[in-house]
Amino acid sequence: MFDTALTLADLGFLAKGAAMTLAVTAVSVLAGTILGVVFGVLRNQLGTYWSLPLTFLLDIFRSVPLLIQLVLGNALQSILKLGWAPFTTSCVVLSLYTAAYCTEIVRGGISAVPTTTRRAARSLGMTWWQDMRYIVAPLATRVSLPAWIGLTLGVMKDSALVLWLGLIELLRASQILVTRLQEPLFILLICGAIYFIISFPIARLGGYLEKRWSND
Amino acid sequence: MFSYNFHWNQAFKALPQMLDGALVTLQIALLSMAIGLAVALALTLFRLSENRVLSGFATVWVEIARNTPALFQIYMAHFGLGSFGIHLSPYTALLVGIAFNNAGYLAENFRGALKAIPETQTRAGRSLGMTPLMAFRYIVMPQMLRIAFLPATNQMVWAILMTSLGVTVGMNTDLAGVTQALNAVSFRTFEFFALAAVIYYLIAKAVTLAARLAATRMFRY
Repeated sequence: MFDTALTLADLGFLAKGAAMTLAVTAVSVLAGTILGVVFGVLRNQLGTYWSLPLTFLLDIFRSVPLLIQLVLGNALQSILKLGWAPFTTSCVVLSLYTAAYCTEIVRGGISAVPTTTRRAARSLGMTWWQDMRYIVAPLATRVSLPAWIGLTLGVMKDSALVLWLGLIELLRASQILVTRLQEPLFILLICGAIYFIISFPIARLGGYLEKRWSND
Repeated sequence: MFSYNFHWNQAFKALPQMLDGALVTLQIALLSMAIGLAVALALTLFRLSENRVLSGFATVWVEIARNTPALFQIYMAHFGLGSFGIHLSPYTALLVGIAFNNAGYLAENFRGALKAIPETQTRAGRSLGMTPLMAFRYIVMPQMLRIAFLPATNQMVWAILMTSLGVTVGMNTDLAGVTQALNAVSFRTFEFFALAAVIYYLIAKAVTLAARLAATRMFRY
């Protein structure tokens, strides 16, 4: 009734692709979050006017398709003769892309901390750093975490685009199998299921945290 | 270190072609948004309905749209549907994929907006003698659309950015496709794609601005 040429080795090939997707996501989200926190704090400290160049620069990463960014990043690294592997290029571009979104999230989180609370901290004799570390960080994290989880999942899904640079991640791996086995629907369904299995529980966790932490 | 000669001339010469591509991009984005809005409204109604099958269908649609990559959805429309004997052109496949994605995200936006509308509004409408559908159409929906307008604007920008994925299924008439075709001839990758990036940026900004102007006009009261 149901017959497929898909072997266990092919499933292993898909799993390798999924591992590549997760690796690109992990590196990009980690680097992007660090950059995003730095930029977010910077934007908050500088104020609207002085952070205008930074805002504009980061806005570009959110208004240009990621595919174009990847192509441009790859072209730029070859123009500059950096000799980066596709993996490095992909991670650098995706990190900047993540950082652009993360900056917004961090900025939103910091501005959600009431000014009065921060003034109270400062009048207790806390330094700027202590205020940031013990007052702002815990409160802002609470506000930002659900959005950050959403961003991480978004980057995981968008990382499919790195196939354009020749990296064999989950979607590209399935495409290779489709070309070989000529069973597009079945293989794509497996591929989609893997994405779904990775994404859905984390998305649910984000939704739960949002609900749990919102009403107080 | 910097021995590359930029040839911006070639890119600028191709500007008319690329602007034609930009129109196709905008067309796909608008169409996919219109379809997405209509389907999202239907999905929202399905989710509100008592019918288990309908609400289950809507939930499955939304979760798949939100938990798989947009590129996967486009692949599914282009390669996957072939197994059912449905062979879509790159244009249609791209449109179907993005519309599917839009519908899922918009339905979720609508759900969030619905939460902000008190239950009493529906009940007030019902006690005035409205049918459930009338109460939704005349009382709840206008408020829901107003709350969901800004997130929908974001989705529109997303739709524009997503159209660039068409190039991976062989689309060659939209902005990304045209740029890739030009690039394949001249190998001036950086110049062409930088120009495309500028055009995409301008389109995204123009759409955001237009939506903001429309919002201030529509939501004056």
